[in-house]
Amino acid sequence: MALLQSPAVRVALSVALATGLYGVSFGALSVAAGLDLLQTMALSLLLFSGGSQFAFIGVVAGGGSGISAMSAAALLGIRNGVYGMQVNVLLRPPRRLRLAAAHVTIDESVATATGQTDPDEQRRGFWAAGLGVFVLWNLFTVVGALAGNAMGDPAGWGLDGAAVAAFLGLLWPRIRAREPAAIAVVCAVVTLIAVPLVPPGIPILIAAVVAAALGLSGLGPATEGLEPDVEPYPAGQEDGGDARSRTAPPAPRKPDAVPGPLPRAEDA
Amino acid sequence: MTLWGWILLACAISIATKFLGFLVPARLLDNPRMLRVAGSLTIGLLAALTAVNTFASGQALVVDARVAALLAAAVALWLKAPFLVVVAVGAVAAGIARLLGAA
Repeated sequence: MALLQSPAVRVALSVALATGLYGVSFGALSVAAGLDLLQTMALSLLLFSGGSQFAFIGVVAGGGSGISAMSAAALLGIRNGVYGMQVNVLLRPPRRLRLAAAHVTIDESVATATGQTDPDEQRRGFWAAGLGVFVLWNLFTVVGALAGNAMGDPAGWGLDGAAVAAFLGLLWPRIRAREPAAIAVVCAVVTLIAVPLVPPGIPILIAAVVAAALGLSGLGPATEGLEPDVEPYPAGQEDGGDARSRTAPPAPRKPDAVPGPLPRAEDA
Repeated sequence: MTLWGWILLACAISIATKFLGFLVPARLLDNPRMLRVAGSLTIGLLAALTAVNTFASGQALVVDARVAALLAAAVALWLKAPFLVVVAVGAVAAGIARLLGAA
């Protein structure tokens, strides 16, 4: 019961529920894209990174090849490598737990952990959010896939519209500042210009190259684009008298900024 | 390679990417340039996927019921609807647009 009194764990559980629930949409869209139940489950169990999973099925749904789908998923997962490094420094997990910690290193677990200041709370928040999302995400993926299979023709149900909404929903929290919005517009335009010229799937990879070049050229603050899909500490509730603010006041943060990974400034 | 092959390879790369972060020295990745590339890649890919799923039909660009889904989803997001509601709104909007005769 002590665990449930931890503010980090409470935040983690609500994040896990919100994130896990939209596993339903992933499952349904995945079977609509042509993957079977086992393939859909494999992505949620093993790939386990919402954005990359949606990217994979999004490319397949558009008629892209397996290698394009895999490449889009891999590129979208690069931020998880950055998160892994941050978690490793922040939590110092013991060697035997490293692989497990790596697997549940996703937007939500990292954001939950870095939103706390006390090291124990950071650890509890990371594991509770990571494992919570893992369990619920996989559970609801199966629910969604079974529902999707039962529904049949995707276009008839507007499932292609659901995919559009899902991608916009994933993009939305990351483009609240001007530079990331500009990156998004440029990449969308480049993609559409490329669609008639190259095989399906490739336009997305061209956009990735453009995005990487824009990132290298130094547009925008360093943490843009690294926001979680479900914000564990919504700005509106900053002084809402929740459990968190009583015990572990988080560092003040802008609503659109992911907590800095590490005391980066002090490091320098 | 079959679709299964690409799925398992994508899974292996995902696990390796996450684990790599735990193995390399922090200094290697924790610099503003690396963070920026990771962030802009995420934004650029999601924007590209949104565009393709809205307007592409194979190698053709088309305006069909999916545009209604895009606009409806944007309104839902602007109203701060939760993700699952946004997805449902997109599906309903595309469905209604088709009922009204959109392709």
